[in-house]
Amino acid sequence: MLRRTFLGVLGATCVGAALPTGAEAGGKEFKGYPGSKGVLFDATRCIGCRKCEAACNKVNNLPKPEKSFDDLSVLDTKRRTDAKTHTVVNKYGSPKNPVFRKSQCNHCLEPACASACFVKAFKKLPNGAVVYDESVCVGCRYCMVACPFEIPTYEYDEPLTPRVMKCDMCAPRQAQGKLPGCVEGCPKEALVFGERDELIKIARQRINRNPDRYIDHLYGEDEMGGTSWMYLSGVPFNEIGMREDLGTKSAPELTAGALAAVPMVAGLWPVLLGGIYAVTQRNSKVADEERKDAVDNAIARASAEAEKTLSEALEKADVANKRQIEVEVKKAVEEALAPKEEEQDENSEKEES
Amino acid sequence: MSTPANNGPKSAFNTFNLVAGAIILVGLVITVIRFTQGIGSVTNLDNNNPWGIWIGFDLLCGVALAAGGYTTSAACYIFGLKRFHSAVRPAILTAFLGYALVVFALQYDLGRPWRLPYPIFYQQGTTSLLFEVGLCVMLYLTVLFIEFTPAMFEWLGWKKIRKVVVKLTLALTIFGVVLSTLHQSSLGALYTIAPSKLHPLWYSPYMPLYFFVSSIAAGMSMVIFEGTLSHKKMHRMMDEEYLKHHDGVVLGFGKAASLVLFGYFFVKMIGVAYDNNWHYLVSGYGLLFLTEMLGFVALPCFLYAVGVRDKNLGLIKKAAIITVLGIVFNRFNVSLIAFNYHLPSSERYFPSMMEIGISVFVVTIGVVVFRFITTRMPIFFEHPDYKGDH
Repeated sequence: MLRRTFLGVLGATCVGAALPTGAEAGGKEFKGYPGSKGVLFDATRCIGCRKCEAACNKVNNLPKPEKSFDDLSVLDTKRRTDAKTHTVVNKYGSPKNPVFRKSQCNHCLEPACASACFVKAFKKLPNGAVVYDESVCVGCRYCMVACPFEIPTYEYDEPLTPRVMKCDMCAPRQAQGKLPGCVEGCPKEALVFGERDELIKIARQRINRNPDRYIDHLYGEDEMGGTSWMYLSGVPFNEIGMREDLGTKSAPELTAGALAAVPMVAGLWPVLLGGIYAVTQRNSKVADEERKDAVDNAIARASAEAEKTLSEALEKADVANKRQIEVEVKKAVEEALAPKEEEQDENSEKEES
Repeated sequence: MSTPANNGPKSAFNTFNLVAGAIILVGLVITVIRFTQGIGSVTNLDNNNPWGIWIGFDLLCGVALAAGGYTTSAACYIFGLKRFHSAVRPAILTAFLGYALVVFALQYDLGRPWRLPYPIFYQQGTTSLLFEVGLCVMLYLTVLFIEFTPAMFEWLGWKKIRKVVVKLTLALTIFGVVLSTLHQSSLGALYTIAPSKLHPLWYSPYMPLYFFVSSIAAGMSMVIFEGTLSHKKMHRMMDEEYLKHHDGVVLGFGKAASLVLFGYFFVKMIGVAYDNNWHYLVSGYGLLFLTEMLGFVALPCFLYAVGVRDKNLGLIKKAAIITVLGIVFNRFNVSLIAFNYHLPSSERYFPSMMEIGISVFVVTIGVVVFRFITTRMPIFFEHPDYKGDH
């Protein structure tokens, strides 16, 4: 599943394999903007108080939910982010030992949504946030198809101006030097905001100091090419609703092969098709010529034969004519001579008498 | 003499018009609801399932089944198979209408449809495969329109401009095949970005190839299938030339479709082997996959081959119908059934009646416009003024 090379697609589109491997980022890896910020979530510290949800709702001016944020019974059903909620906390594990996990946009280093957007409505900022520009969004929702974390949501009930809604890591607050709302609201320091590189070090430290408390994995360090929001947990990540089969390839890598084949098809297809056209034209031309030659030959042969018969007939006619003439001449001569002989006979008879 | 008389339906209130009228009326009502209450009020789409049948059927199936345009014109003008000539115009018209309707249907699915030109003219998201699809479909729709215009110009009697367009035939055909290769395959490539959401039996790095190859079989089968339908309903508009070549077209495309399906079956199997997904075959999704591969690819491939060997046109037409259904089945599997396979059934998508209503509405518009054009313009017959002029 995970070993997919762009050569597959390339060979697949019958284009040939004359491309250098450069199309797949040439071995270059984007490891995030230097100094970019991120958030570390520690599931072993989270108590499921929903203070982060309340803070998020407040700083983003989102509509108030039906049940207040103090109502923890909400945690009994699985929830996901929606157009009015940028972050939710879900409860996992047994009732005795519940484990809580907060979900929101993970702010990928190479975001699938940004890669998939055909109008560049998404952008990874140098400070780490992945932000959305509603002023260009067409509303195709391919970003929602592409996101492996199922984060972007849509205002399906807006008839004319629906927007894609998701956490923006409080980019406007960051610009003012403030913390993201949820981080500020967390009473247990389950959320830590800081430079991503620093957060990785902190996470490693926590794992090393308490190897029994933590699973030895920092979720988000490499998943889907790395994310700015990272997770520590005391139980396997798939038990707190996080997929462990996403792999470490970023979304752009997954589509690089198909994109790389495009200019090749555009460049070579006309040549190939033009070639086929030329060959079929030539073939039909040759076939036409051969047919014409054959017909010409047949005609020539037929006319030669006809001429031969004609000339033979003429010859025969000639001979017959000559004979006829000879006969006629002979006859004429004979006829011309006959009266003279009679005269002579008469004369000789006279002389005798 | 060979131009059939236009003795169309006498009364406007025949069965066809009544049914089509009713569907269009319902469609208009849903349209009003869609654009006043929002997408959420007419669809079952949600945050986990952003694409429903308006993409799975209207877009994916619409584009695949309109592939008859480029396959037929390529067969005739590039591969020099002149006997396909009489099939080119109906195929081009179907393709043009098909693509026009795809774009029309998209207006319902897009959140802000009037911004559709944005990605091409305002801010280009060139890293997106959807950008490629959009660009190619826009260009190809233009190409198809130009390819269709000679029929219109003959109807209108505009000889000079018709002559100019006819001269462009080869260039347009080649451009059309390039664009079709690109966007047919890109529709499959759209899903390469989501390996975690599409079931491994359908997900493959070869998806662009699968979509392209299957579109060839789809296009040819659609030409056969549609020819059969038109034969029943539009017989009065067909000239001797069309009728004389019709059986040849069916046989020729039957043979080609059999070969293409044969190749398609094997590259699909190679895809399973490439990712070593054999073990998935013994599961519910495996059964679905095998049904698709054996019942809707291998079976029509075999039926086509037998039909061509025995010159059994009836069998070839049956194979065409199975192939067309198989393409719809495949596109549904990729976009809806095997997509989000990891979600619990309560979070899965099933289309609402109104979504289905809009899809039926769109297809109905297509049939009505096709009838309108073929009963007026020289599609199934050659215009007497331009006989043998190609």
